[in-house]
Amino acid sequence: MSRKLNYREAMREAMHEALVADPRVFLMGEDVGRYGGTYAFSKGFLDEFGPERIRDTPLSELGFVGAGIGAALGGMRPIVEVMTVNFSLLALDQIVNTAAAYRHMSGGQFSVPLVIRMTTGAGRQLAAQHSHSLEGWYAHIPGIKVLAPATIEDARGMLAPALADPDPVVIFEHAGLFNMEGELPDDWTVDIRSAKVRRVGRDVAIITHGGSLPKAMQAAEQLAAAGIEAEVVDLRVLRPLDTATIAASVAKCHRAVVVDEGWRTGSLAAEVMARIMENVFYELDAPVARVCSEEVPIPYARHLEAAALPQPEKIVAAVKEMLG
Amino acid sequence: MIDHRAPPPPAGPVPWDKKFALRLLADMVRIRRMEEKSAEMYGAGMIRGFLHLYIGEEATGVGALHALQPEDNIVATYREHGHALVRGMDMGVIMAEMYGKREGCAHGRGGSMHLFDRATRLFGGNAIVGGGLPLAVGLGLAAKMQNEKRITACFFGDGAVAEGAFHESLNLAALWKLPVLFCCENNLYGMGTALERSESQTDLCVKAASYNMPALKVDGMDIVAVHEITKQAAQRVRAGEGPLFVEYQTYRFRAHSMFDAELYRQKAEVEEWKTRGPIHTFSARLKAEGKLTEEEFLAIDARANAEVDAAVAFAEAGTWEPVEDLLRDVHAS
Repeated sequence: MSRKLNYREAMREAMHEALVADPRVFLMGEDVGRYGGTYAFSKGFLDEFGPERIRDTPLSELGFVGAGIGAALGGMRPIVEVMTVNFSLLALDQIVNTAAAYRHMSGGQFSVPLVIRMTTGAGRQLAAQHSHSLEGWYAHIPGIKVLAPATIEDARGMLAPALADPDPVVIFEHAGLFNMEGELPDDWTVDIRSAKVRRVGRDVAIITHGGSLPKAMQAAEQLAAAGIEAEVVDLRVLRPLDTATIAASVAKCHRAVVVDEGWRTGSLAAEVMARIMENVFYELDAPVARVCSEEVPIPYARHLEAAALPQPEKIVAAVKEMLG
Repeated sequence: MIDHRAPPPPAGPVPWDKKFALRLLADMVRIRRMEEKSAEMYGAGMIRGFLHLYIGEEATGVGALHALQPEDNIVATYREHGHALVRGMDMGVIMAEMYGKREGCAHGRGGSMHLFDRATRLFGGNAIVGGGLPLAVGLGLAAKMQNEKRITACFFGDGAVAEGAFHESLNLAALWKLPVLFCCENNLYGMGTALERSESQTDLCVKAASYNMPALKVDGMDIVAVHEITKQAAQRVRAGEGPLFVEYQTYRFRAHSMFDAELYRQKAEVEEWKTRGPIHTFSARLKAEGKLTEEEFLAIDARANAEVDAAVAFAEAGTWEPVEDLLRDVHAS
């Protein structure tokens, strides 16, 4: 048996479950309460759990993310919702200088069991200040775990282990996925350690995460029609990266294309490529390729935005070029 | 232009019994001697990185911290050696941390600016100006949500008042009526920038009061005034009346850090403030009241020096963490 639900419902269920299960869990962020959540993830929560646990905040990202850190240190299990990754830049100091470093600089005396959730990604004509994909930046920082749920199962299942983790976990939810529907099997289990093969193939490994996963799957279908069987690897966990799964897929397919909505320079894609070189260089039949966002602030106009982002067609083209 | 001149020397009766008065005096002396030795060991190359001394400001930390309870949370800055010591951290452990030794509170991972102590609920040692304020708000929130009686005392300097974190934190704490005591140690300079060169409103209490919380000002060189006002403030915060702001007007006698040539203030100004030094003014008041003899003062000083010597010996006998353990304490596992 399985049931159908969308990404938004899956995430809402996950938070609901956490709030019911543990009185230490509370949700804090801009418009999570009375408004029902910017993306309606917490609709109805205020009535059910009350204003103490569904806590609307002022527009003070630095302040309330830092307060989440303090509350975690004080014995609570906060879920802090930063409306989008774009606004998380206002909270970077608390995330990088405090949350990520706290355990280490206290010599292991303290840990920060905090979950920070934020929307990421472009594709909705929101222009340069509302379209960032900066999860690669966060994945650069030791001391935090970085998750990118891209399936219904992961949207439903990643929050619980993130809350159980004694260290800070940052969850990136791509806005392009929120209305995606899927089947949730009854016996789902997810971890926050491993990458996962979402489509088995043999000719090329397409390695991606988040909002680019459906695009990679579409590209794989188009390639299949042309007789090319692509394997699609969903990174899921951006820090720490599951190098073994990446290497196994590349060793099997001997070719790899990395797809990442981040900008090309200094991207997470670059890190994945480097790990392929370090681990399975001699398995490669061709140089590793990547499809990233073009190096431009994301433009508003629909056709220009589309041209700036990874698209199934670009992935197909990259694979075909590689295969000659 | 604000007045950089020192206030009149603290005077008036000391409303404490001899035992308590001498305990606070001893803590100021312990800090002073520890800081002097730290500077010496910095010069000798045994302590590296940044080192920010609390010399001159002792009355503020000692007076305020003795007004708090063991269950309270403390959030401090990078000028926190004294706070750690008064709160109960062993001086040897502090010194070992500054030496970078395994026997330090953070095994040498933090150094001078990152003293943490779970046992005494000292949540650092924060080297980002204003960085501790949001943390204190969260600690206050956790206490309130769990119906705990503890309050959170957050120490920060006048420089932090210019940070967004200050304004966001005071607003949140007041909005949510959190048990947070904001302790602003105003020593008139954010590193080398005088308050009036960085603030359009130099009355810091006006800023705090604009967030709808009581804001009190006190002579931070007067340990009696510091302690009494903090005691009242802590009581109000503990009673659930919401946050409170106290501005301690104090002065640092030494440079900002060991890299500071002090080009931004007049020597005469520093000298004038030194005449208000909290240790000798408090000692004089106690002597005038017959609560302290010169012999007793010398004994206090000798004990502090002995403690410092033992702390240095402990640090020097300490060991280095093996490089094989480099990656520990990044994650739980």
